[in-house]
Amino acid sequence: MATTTSPATRPTARSTTIALKMVMAVTGAIFALFVLAHMYGNLKLLWGEEAYNDYAHHLRTIGEPMLPYAGLLWVLRIVLLVSLVAHLWAAFTLWGRAERARSHKYAVKKRVRQSLSSRWMRWGGVFIFVFLVWHLIEFTIVRVDVSGKPVPDNPFQLVVDSFQVWWLTLIYVVAMLALYMHLAHGVFSLNQTLGWTNTKGTYARAKVLGHVVAAVVVVGFLIPPLAVLFRLVK
Amino acid sequence: MRLTLKIWRQAGPDVAGDFVTYQVDDVSGDMSFLEMLDVLNEQLNSEGKEPIAFDSDCREGICGMCGLMISGLAHGPEVTTTCQLHMRSFSDGDTITVEPWRADAFPIIRDLIVDRSAFDRIIQAGGFITVNTGAAPEAHSVPVPKANADRAFDSAKCIGCGACVAACPNASAMLFLGAKITHLGEVPQGQPERDSRVVKMVAQHDHEGFGGCTNIGECSAACPKEIPQDVISTLNKDLRTALRHGY
Ligand code: HEM
Ligand code: SF4
Ligand code: FES
Repeated sequence: MATTTSPATRPTARSTTIALKMVMAVTGAIFALFVLAHMYGNLKLLWGEEAYNDYAHHLRTIGEPMLPYAGLLWVLRIVLLVSLVAHLWAAFTLWGRAERARSHKYAVKKRVRQSLSSRWMRWGGVFIFVFLVWHLIEFTIVRVDVSGKPVPDNPFQLVVDSFQVWWLTLIYVVAMLALYMHLAHGVFSLNQTLGWTNTKGTYARAKVLGHVVAAVVVVGFLIPPLAVLFRLVK
Repeated sequence: MRLTLKIWRQAGPDVAGDFVTYQVDDVSGDMSFLEMLDVLNEQLNSEGKEPIAFDSDCREGICGMCGLMISGLAHGPEVTTTCQLHMRSFSDGDTITVEPWRADAFPIIRDLIVDRSAFDRIIQAGGFITVNTGAAPEAHSVPVPKANADRAFDSAKCIGCGACVAACPNASAMLFLGAKITHLGEVPQGQPERDSRVVKMVAQHDHEGFGGCTNIGECSAACPKEIPQDVISTLNKDLRTALRHGY
């Protein structure tokens, strides 16, 4: 039947699916570094109101007077926003490609080696995105106090009010489980995508690294909300 | 043993197909999967029915023609090709579902036969080295370190069967590509065309309609030649290098 398709026209490295994956890997690495830093900052909550609010204030005054007020924060916000757009664009482009690459599904298909995390990258990522939108509305863009009290000006107080509400803490716990899975496979996968796992040893270590980074981030993120819920921080 | 087989039947590339159920009795555990299908076809022939079309050539695990999806596993439950798969891996009374490789880049020709010429076009795009052929070169004129020679040789075991594509949830052929890129990239003869090779081969892969890789690892689990995941990393590294060199 020999269906001869035409060869790809003028191939460039930039226009390949691997280049798209690299966009996802680099932006994913930026997110991973960001969540590590964010998690570290949140832990200041354990040192009480002053430490936490000073930290929030300090984030805005870093680099002054070389940078304007909140200058570095805005640079970071723009980098993260551009990365998010690029990450999602690459993810959905590749998702669409994968769907078209097998338009007729198997009647019977067994999974042999894939991890739970790897299987949930796409829908888990969508869930993290929805959570992220809510998270930003709640604490940054609109500022909502789910406990029903008037919204306090003080960042520490808003966090404490919010996480004393059990269902909000539950939402965050579920979101952190999703983040664990996304990071566990994602951090491993970005090493593989960037070509750093060319031996059995480096490949195995990248898998471990994924789980270590994911565990550090998720445990660190969960400590403050749980401390608030159980009234260890008031 | 007595087996029930649910086999995909499709009369041609552009017609709809469906599963048809068959019974085969007296299957010996020493038969290969293809020999069992031969027995079924004899039976169909004697009943005046159209035999099942499936591919095979060497029947010794080296040509890559015989791939079948057997109850959801590419090449079935053993780490080998379908032609080398023993029927003793199944038990009396089993129901086995047999499907062709499913990937839009591997169109079905008939029943269980798919057209894997997309792989040939990927090789044509860059999976070669440009040398004068003729007299065999002196083996010691271009020394190759043992570790590189070993990895090149292990990667060269790929027989182009397509099981990696069949098993991949994205229908990606990155394991096949990785094997070819590593095989040539590990030896000195592969260096001059290294950058252009990876770009041309990956571009052809994408053009054929295979999906992108998500580093899930089903390909290596299905590969009869046990090509490992790290060849995909080497492929990615070569593409990154080509990108840096402006290809
Ligand atoms: C709608 C939102 C998101 C979607 C749909 C999404 C989807 C994906 C997908 C499909 C991958 C590739 C996985 C693979 O190669 O197997 C990926 C990788 C990754 N994602 Fe996300 N993601 C989203 C948001 C995020 C967020 C918010 C973060 C930050 C925590 C993140 C961090 C990562 C990392 C670190 C990688 C690894 C890069 C790689 O695979 O090479 N993603 N994401
Ligand atoms: S990499 Fe393995 S599964 Fe893929 S074509 Fe080669 S031999 Fe077959
Ligand atoms: S027929 Fe050649 S590998 Fe199976």
